[in-house]
Amino acid sequence: MLQYFLKRVLYAIPIALGVSLVCFALVHVAPGDPLASVLPPDASLEMQQLMRTIYGFDRPLPVQFALWLWRAFVGDLGVSIATGRPVAGEVWHAFGNTFMLAALAAAFGFLVGGLLGLLAGYYRGGWIDRTASTLSIAGISVPHYWLGMVMAIVFSVQLNWLPATGAGPGGSAAWSWDWEHVRFLILPALTMSAIPLGIVARSMRALVGDILSQEFVEALRAKGLSERGIFAHILKNAAPTALAVMGLQLGYLLGGSILIETVFAWPGTGFLLGNAILQRDLPLLQGTILVLAMFFVILNLLVDVAQTWLDPRIKRA
Amino acid sequence: MTPLVRIEDLRVRFRTAERTVHAVNGVDLSLMPGEVVGLLGESGSGKSVTLKALLRLLPEARTTMSGRMAVAGQDVMALGGSALRAYRGSVVSMIFQEPMLAFDPVFTIGEQIAEAVRRHENADRTAARARALEMLDRVRIPSAKRRLDAYPHEMSGGMRQRAMIALALACRPKLLLADEPTTALDATVQIQILLLLRELQKEFGMGVIFVTHDIGVAVEVSDRLAVMYAGRIVERGSARDLIRAAAHPYPRGLLASTVHGAMRGRRLDAIPGAPPDLAKVPDGCAFAPRCRFADAECVSRRPDIVRIDAGHEAECRRLDAVAASAEG
Ligand SMILES: Nc1ncnc2c1ncn2[C@@H]1O[C@H](COP(=O)(O)OP(=O)(O)OP(=O)(O)O)[C@@H](O)[C@H]1O
Ligand SMILES: [Mg+2]
Repeated sequence: MLQYFLKRVLYAIPIALGVSLVCFALVHVAPGDPLASVLPPDASLEMQQLMRTIYGFDRPLPVQFALWLWRAFVGDLGVSIATGRPVAGEVWHAFGNTFMLAALAAAFGFLVGGLLGLLAGYYRGGWIDRTASTLSIAGISVPHYWLGMVMAIVFSVQLNWLPATGAGPGGSAAWSWDWEHVRFLILPALTMSAIPLGIVARSMRALVGDILSQEFVEALRAKGLSERGIFAHILKNAAPTALAVMGLQLGYLLGGSILIETVFAWPGTGFLLGNAILQRDLPLLQGTILVLAMFFVILNLLVDVAQTWLDPRIKRA
Repeated sequence: MTPLVRIEDLRVRFRTAERTVHAVNGVDLSLMPGEVVGLLGESGSGKSVTLKALLRLLPEARTTMSGRMAVAGQDVMALGGSALRAYRGSVVSMIFQEPMLAFDPVFTIGEQIAEAVRRHENADRTAARARALEMLDRVRIPSAKRRLDAYPHEMSGGMRQRAMIALALACRPKLLLADEPTTALDATVQIQILLLLRELQKEFGMGVIFVTHDIGVAVEVSDRLAVMYAGRIVERGSARDLIRAAAHPYPRGLLASTVHGAMRGRRLDAIPGAPPDLAKVPDGCAFAPRCRFADAECVSRRPDIVRIDAGHEAECRRLDAVAASAEG
């Protein structure tokens, strides 16, 4: 198992390098001068040259990439052009916010979606199945910024139960785990959970149906197991695939959603990314994408390892 | 002695959206304790459905069952809930054709045997595991201790079927249902498994209903044979009766002329003509459309059961004609 883990980590390194290269190149192929947004329109040529040197844009691209990669590796993602603050700090802060949102959305979506899917697959064709199918199709296909707006209108404007925007009372920056702050998480997290809920429910339903149609289920009944005992077998059979589906969904959630975070003014990575794009803040954009991509690579690695650990049929070589 | 199994007029019908399948149409079958009955018949004749009915494994929502079934004094039709679960696996258990499919792929062999033991004997984990090990030894799986922690896919087909037998016998059932347990195996492995089954059957004194397509196999393991066609038993008798003097044209065409030794591997579905449509029960003899002795009455009226010898019966109106044709 340890050997497999190490091997898998080794495989992840070229992927990570490739991803960073794409991140780096992405920004350099984007049209327009990255300095345009910080310099006054009438800046002198000398001034422009100076800024270029300060930001390192005058060096050959491979050198820029190597330097950028090395700095990123030691935690220096450069300085935001728009705010002048270190990108690493901004990303870290935003990532923390998105993480909370994603964790809550995942917990809710996976739990409810998983349960719905299990029941729908087990009672295929029954009313639970029909309800679950309708819910999950709705969850997947309703545009989530629209869902977010509807939620905000219903629960904060009309019912006035929950706040619609921000990440704390009075726009305070410091987060704490009390109701005053957690209230702000609920609407965006629920909105974000719609898609993973639907996808997890649908995959679970298909998975359970598939397992139930296998002959061993009949053999389990033949040896006298109760339906509860059989359910345990279904769960263990479904676990590896379910985990893979959930891992992928968690990855998407952790990427943050520009639309949802914008609708709810939630200061996460999606919000940050949206701002970086609007303000042409290249270091910030690069840094955010890089961190998110790395997270995705690591998450995939963990899911793979966990799946191998759970499923005895996958060769552990 | 009272019979271990008594099935009377068992009928099973499946309803699906498109059609109804009359899979079993009045089966009578009795089995003494410790007796082995071979159930023969071509594909679709209702052998598996009969076995599953005995374990009440058929999908309840789509199945209509009628008739009487008693096993070891229990009324199988009346069982339900926890009584049914207690019956399955401890009074009657089953060996499946494809052990690879009949084992849960993500649990070890040992866990799956121990699970049955814990379920039926209130044993704790250690005791159940010990029983699983004992059973693997019993079916002569080499290095049984190591195999206990093996997953199904880590074993060969023959070993898996041995493990399946170990699972089926772990709770000392009185009746074993074997549904083509050797069909999926190589010829040499087949013989080993048959010998093992025969030996364990004697040792445990179980009754066995053994379903097979293979006449040679059926003769080798069975005390009595029953031949099914379209959901009915058309002829029954000792292996000797059926090989030497099959009376019904259906088993006769296959069995009577078969020379010993050339029998192994012969399959019953080598008969000309198509098996009957099970969408409705025919008024007369189901075999009539394929039978060269059939007359108009065969088609319109269900034949009576004719007793030929002690324990040898056939369901045919034209037995005389069939016998005469053999002499001529
Ligand atoms: N669950 C079910 N639903 C609907 N029809 C079924 C079901 N199980 C069996 N049948 C049908 O019942 C008939 C008898 O099937 P059965 O499996 O008993 O045949 P068999 O004699 O065991 O054949 P084989 O030798 O191929 O195993 C077939 O026509 C089959 O399609
Ligand atoms: Mg069958």
